[in-house]
Amino acid sequence: MKLTLSAGIGILLTAMFVLSAIFAPLIAPYPLDLTVGGVWDAPSAKNWLGTDTIGRDILSRLIYGGQITIFVALASSVIAFSLGSFFGFLAAVRGGWTDQILSRIVDLMMAIPSPIVALVLLSVLPLNLPVLILVIGVLDSTRVFRLARAVSMDIAVMDYVEAAKLRGEGQIWVIFREILPNALSPLVAEFGLRFIFAVLFISTLSFLGLGVQPPLADWGGMVKENKDGLIYGKSAALMPAAAIAALAISVNLVADWVLSRTTSLKGGRGA
Amino acid sequence: MPEIEKNLLDIQHLRIEATSYPPGEPPRDVVLVDDVSVSLKPGRVLGLIGESGAGKSTIGLSSMAYARGGARLAGGHIILNGRDIIHLTGGKLRSLRGKEVTYVAQSAAASFNPSKRLMDQVIETTLKNRLMPRPAAEKRARELFRKLGLPNPDSFGERYPHQVSGGQLQRAMTAMALCPKPDLVVFDEPTTALDVTTQIEVLAAIKEAIRDTGVAALYITHDLAVVAQVADDILVLRHGKKVEYGTTDQIINAPKQAYTQALVSVRSIDHEEKAEAPPVLSVAHVTARYNGTNFDVLKNVNVELPAGQTLAVVGESGSGKSTLARAITGLLPPTQGKITFAGRELSPALPGRKRDDLRELQMIYQMADTAMNPRQTVGQIIGRPIEFYFGLKGEAKRVRVQELLDQIEMGKGFADRYPAELSGGQKQRVCIARALAAKPKLIICDEVTSALDPLVADGILKLLLDLQRQENVAYLFITHDLATVRAIADRIAVMYRGQVVRYGSKTDVLTPPFDDYTDLLLSSVPEMRLGWPEEVLEHRKMESAGN
Repeated sequence: MKLTLSAGIGILLTAMFVLSAIFAPLIAPYPLDLTVGGVWDAPSAKNWLGTDTIGRDILSRLIYGGQITIFVALASSVIAFSLGSFFGFLAAVRGGWTDQILSRIVDLMMAIPSPIVALVLLSVLPLNLPVLILVIGVLDSTRVFRLARAVSMDIAVMDYVEAAKLRGEGQIWVIFREILPNALSPLVAEFGLRFIFAVLFISTLSFLGLGVQPPLADWGGMVKENKDGLIYGKSAALMPAAAIAALAISVNLVADWVLSRTTSLKGGRGA
Repeated sequence: MPEIEKNLLDIQHLRIEATSYPPGEPPRDVVLVDDVSVSLKPGRVLGLIGESGAGKSTIGLSSMAYARGGARLAGGHIILNGRDIIHLTGGKLRSLRGKEVTYVAQSAAASFNPSKRLMDQVIETTLKNRLMPRPAAEKRARELFRKLGLPNPDSFGERYPHQVSGGQLQRAMTAMALCPKPDLVVFDEPTTALDVTTQIEVLAAIKEAIRDTGVAALYITHDLAVVAQVADDILVLRHGKKVEYGTTDQIINAPKQAYTQALVSVRSIDHEEKAEAPPVLSVAHVTARYNGTNFDVLKNVNVELPAGQTLAVVGESGSGKSTLARAITGLLPPTQGKITFAGRELSPALPGRKRDDLRELQMIYQMADTAMNPRQTVGQIIGRPIEFYFGLKGEAKRVRVQELLDQIEMGKGFADRYPAELSGGQKQRVCIARALAAKPKLIICDEVTSALDPLVADGILKLLLDLQRQENVAYLFITHDLATVRAIADRIAVMYRGQVVRYGSKTDVLTPPFDDYTDLLLSSVPEMRLGWPEEVLEHRKMESAGN
């Protein structure tokens, strides 16, 4: 498959974000919590993107914040995918009551807007990273369940799945060896999209004060800290916002490219 | 013979190309039709015959200067009524299609608009080309309905496509093609999708309509016995090239080329019926229905299959033959009756069966494409039952896989290939190897040769018979093709609407006196003999008059 220009840009930017997150301590010019200048200093040679509401270097906080944002989003997407696709496949393979119960639970969860569920849950549960990741992951898994179930419904009626059942294979073999490899391409493309939604979700929660808690920094939290600066014409709040947008767009470009390879769910399987 | 009459259609050195886009490789041009020349006089019928991919439909459509998606008319001339139409465009082409040349497609059910009445669709092109006013067109359509033997020809056009049967729909489409009084009609496999018992009626109707209207026709089919009934001349094609071109009589009775001879003599397998033996499978009083319906798809079915022999289950689509296979495999537990296999009574539902029951009862499917996981290599596909049932791993498994590949005559180098890299016949062979890997006592073959070209299907049948001799495996062979049954069966069960209407050894079943349904089924099988459909239908008419 040919690499398109937009996909190339997407891959380049995504790689940049990921690498700077991994090597944050090496790249960031200042520590996370050090006050290095005045309140909301404009960008300068010393502080490339300026300083924030209490004089910390925004570039350094962006780099460290990227670590948290990307990690939380990635971890919750992985949870969403493991849960969603396993139960989606199970519902498709077993059908009947299993399918009914799982699908109705998912319907129930999807009927309530997920930010509201998340807000309620997070205000009750202790606020730390594992809880945050789990809540986002479980809420996102409903969408993955729908997709995985729909894709594997098509595959579960194939003769080779019937042949495996007639051979006496167990459900685990059928799900992981017969269905998963054939459902992988649409799921991988969906993973990119779900990752972006997780980034937006964690940023929203942090902006509302229920996400990542200080002293840790994340992009949504940084927008919240600096939002008052917008009134005085300070650019500080725009930097993390731009980072969120750039990450979302670049991952989206990659996901689009993967998706275009699998436009026809059946055609992509041959090679 | 004086050559005064001018040719209606003259195809000269036709070349049709398409661009293929293999994954991971640069696109390249493939030649679909290479240097084919034919000519057709007014009122004559030319049969185009060949296997799938031979280019017969492509040539047929080129007579309307049309190339299907991706293909292009790359060279040569197509001279229709004295002018070259290969480079015509737009309006000129539109007035040519549906006026001078019309087309009858294979699947009438998919070609009719379900939301419009038949009459409006049948006369649509006639009106669009302003060939006659509406009342005249409707009158002509009704005449054609009558000629094609459709029931209630005066009110037939008022119906919607879903209200008539498949065979009637195919005849309605023939009426649509004949309505504008074209010079040439292209028939593209018009009877292939029909049951044999329907095919004979449609075939006779088409033949009569062609003769009465004096239209010229291109008749495309893969079945030599069918084309022999309608065509004056036959063009045999293979891989887009001409193999042989001659009169029907010459092609059928004195074919010159080796390939044509093979086509004519296909299904020449000799199979001696085996003697009675104790059964490996017996199905007793089995009745089954699908969940949520109040209709029995199998009604009190009793059959037995001796070890190492072949039981052919024959019937039309919807007769319940595949359902019988589902009941035996446990996918559809019967509501009544019992199934005994290798001396043990089988649990009705799949989850209750022992691993040995599963191992000794294998299945081969009609569509080899969907019967193999496209993400597994041939080695993995065949290797899995070896590992699953016998616990062989690593080198021992690899050796056994190669042994099986040798048995299905595929040799080395196939174990690492994916199904997409195999031909249709090879795919079906791999499916056979997967079934054999379990060392079964019984293999259920569900229409295993129906999707294959005749010569390839012949090879598969020969392989199955060889394997039966070597491994002493029994086959339950489900098919609608009676020629296949004759070639391989020891015992036959004829099914009709969920019941076994005739059952016994091959000789008994195929020897008169017949019951009504078996008689209908047997006499409908296309024969190469000229005048066969009329003879059979005449015979049937006399019988029903006598009753």
